[in-house]
Amino acid sequence: MAALADRPVFDVDQFLAAEKHKDLLRFTTAGSVDDGKSTLIGRLLYDSQNVYEDHIKSIAKSTVNRSAGAIDLSLLTDGLRAEREQGITIDVAYRYFATHRRKFIIADTPGHEQYTRNMATGASTADLAIILIDARNGVQPQSRRHAYISALLGIPRLAIAVNKMDLVDFRQDVFDSIRREFSSVLGRLGVSGAWFVPISALTGDNVVKQSRTMGWFEGPALLEYLETVEMADGAETRPFRLPVQRVIRPHQDFRGYAGQVASGTVRAGETVTVFPSGRTTQVKSIESYDGPLAAATAGMSLVVTLEDETDISRGDLIAGAGHAPTLSRVFEAHAVWMSEQALDPAKPYLLRHASETVPARVSAIVHRVDINTLDHEGAATLPMNGIGLIRVETSRPIAFDPYRENRITGSAILIDPATNATAGALMIVREHAAASGPVTEAERAARYGHHPAAVFIGERPSLAELLERRLFNRGANVAVSAEPSLALERAGLLVIVTGGYEPSLPLSIDDETAVDEIVGWLEERGTLIGEQTVADGGGI
Amino acid sequence: MSSLSHLQRLEAESIHILREVAGEFQRPVMLYSIGKDSSVMLRLAQKAFWPGPIPFPLLHVDTTYKFKEMITFRDEQAARLGLNLIVHRSRPAVEDGVQPFAVGTQRCCQLLKTGALLTALREGGYDAAIGGARRDEEKSRAKERIFSVRDTAGQWDPKNQRPELWNVFNARLKPGESIRVFPLSNWTELDIWQYIHVEQIPIVPLYFAKPRPMLVRGESLIPLEQPFVPVLPGERTEMVMCRMRSLGCSPCTGAIRSEADTLPKIIEEIISFRRSERENRVIDHDQDGSMEIKKREGYF
Repeated sequence: MAALADRPVFDVDQFLAAEKHKDLLRFTTAGSVDDGKSTLIGRLLYDSQNVYEDHIKSIAKSTVNRSAGAIDLSLLTDGLRAEREQGITIDVAYRYFATHRRKFIIADTPGHEQYTRNMATGASTADLAIILIDARNGVQPQSRRHAYISALLGIPRLAIAVNKMDLVDFRQDVFDSIRREFSSVLGRLGVSGAWFVPISALTGDNVVKQSRTMGWFEGPALLEYLETVEMADGAETRPFRLPVQRVIRPHQDFRGYAGQVASGTVRAGETVTVFPSGRTTQVKSIESYDGPLAAATAGMSLVVTLEDETDISRGDLIAGAGHAPTLSRVFEAHAVWMSEQALDPAKPYLLRHASETVPARVSAIVHRVDINTLDHEGAATLPMNGIGLIRVETSRPIAFDPYRENRITGSAILIDPATNATAGALMIVREHAAASGPVTEAERAARYGHHPAAVFIGERPSLAELLERRLFNRGANVAVSAEPSLALERAGLLVIVTGGYEPSLPLSIDDETAVDEIVGWLEERGTLIGEQTVADGGGI
Repeated sequence: MSSLSHLQRLEAESIHILREVAGEFQRPVMLYSIGKDSSVMLRLAQKAFWPGPIPFPLLHVDTTYKFKEMITFRDEQAARLGLNLIVHRSRPAVEDGVQPFAVGTQRCCQLLKTGALLTALREGGYDAAIGGARRDEEKSRAKERIFSVRDTAGQWDPKNQRPELWNVFNARLKPGESIRVFPLSNWTELDIWQYIHVEQIPIVPLYFAKPRPMLVRGESLIPLEQPFVPVLPGERTEMVMCRMRSLGCSPCTGAIRSEADTLPKIIEEIISFRRSERENRVIDHDQDGSMEIKKREGYF
């Protein structure tokens, strides 16, 4: 908006024509309260004239002012009351602004170690990260942590803003020494092409306008860099991937598969393979509300129709021929743990991946990462904000790509079915080589969606039949037996024991109610890992 | 990042979200408030499920104090597009004569909007309600998730929100909980207007400037549709060239002086206008952090 106001005459038609081609840059900011992050964002918004007058009025009225100046710019970005009271940013807040070159979405995230999960959240959708370093303190363990998380979440670009230059007399040697030290940190993380800039968010030097005080710095101001940095990441030239969100079937003659293209490009007539079935067919047409399309490319939400009426439903993946995704039920992934309840390898989880949901468990923690030293260490669990490499087993195979090749088909979350909390964020590394040796209980449980167990129901044949049908319909491997059977349990089965034994739990007389009681009991004990069937969008 | 323009990217994201709602829930409903954001959301829903119909109903919580032109527009849209539209009113509160000047704006909103909405969602047995709120509207909205869980009392706990990564949404609910989904989270006011312009989306005529009778109070222009709006000594009704920047209940929505009678003129006005659009909505200013308090209570 600032740049618009600077134009001599504003022509709305010209503006609208130019807007049609304007792209969008999503960036995240990593830094602690003390690094002046909120002030930097406030400064970007304020100096680029993207703040509304009534917002400025309301913060000028505020009784909280942590800055030395007339208005505390950091208040522009601190949302929630609790945060205002405590003077810290504790969650992810999204901010929006635009210049005549680009639109921007900022994910404003906290930088302290106990908010690693919030940082990861903001980083997951970012095209670029700004890492703030306090010029007085130089490279701190937290700077390394921020760089590591940015690299782990696959953010394509990094901008390193060395802030508070006003407090070190704008000295070039301070900036140069921080740049040297941090470049070597980034090098060890395999990050290349990071851009460094010396700034003062408080005085505005090199934020929106180039600093006159730091004439020794030859680069542009931070905002100009954000406006002009090249963002193409090649998503369109990668293998085609379309996770199916919904089957659209308004009448007998139309069956379309709706989804958002995760990567690549496809044209009518091209051959595609559907996963997990592995069946191959051709794209008949690409449809949208605005008319048929010649091609579908990364990022677009659309509908494709296929030559063969294959059995496809929500959760399937349509992939370009040639470079197939990996289809497997055991893989290794980097995990950022998000739940207050630590990762528990004995517990069932649900894996949300692309458009599918599947029961899963964590069969091993390969290592945990100390995010301050970046050392690997052995661990039996991951606490909240912990990061590590884990092995995941799903009850049925999923089609994925490595995260570094595809941020959509390579990412997943783990949900704790007991609390429904989003427990972990996963970045898939690779398929785990087929397990050898004896089949373990965990492998059976991951495949069947339940642990082995014997349920005693007393001598009630009609209840046994009803319960067996209910459990079988939700995918369980179940059998009815008059006697307990260790052999059946060893094979991973749920055994309904009807003989004259004491029931496992008090049961209602009514069979239907008793079935509900037993299923609830099995869920509560964690025997049933999760519902096999999730609501799917098949047909309308 | 792909080579899509910002509007194409926002549109694709919103369509993805709407399809996820339809895929993950048994009984979703779309909140339809008749305003410009609802108009955009409706178009996005048409696109998401095309060539099929929108697979969920639309719900309008009618406080009975909406502008008459809004109601006319709503009914025309529903008929033209064949929408499954449900209109809900808080009968006891309306019969009790609840109005902002009698009970105050906070209580009025609580009874006619928040309370009525929660009742409508409960009576309809809806497990997901899709709303048109945007994160750029108000500070507390900036932190709200796209899939935002409400507890059994319909309330939002800002301190206990699920992390939301990539475009993967956690739609799991415990019995009695519900979810609000905001497909327009990442749109700004300017994005909404540009999209309406590009897509030629019909909107309520109140958004366009024309001479209208208004009660002039200081800098405020108060519409006189409801008989209970008090007229202070020395005040009178004047014909003023004006338009609505956002639409709510007529007693609590001020008009702005404007000559903008076309979409390009409105867009031009917004760009030159550095006031946030909710400033003319009395309810956001009745106490410090007031939107956050309303949201905790269940307001959208």
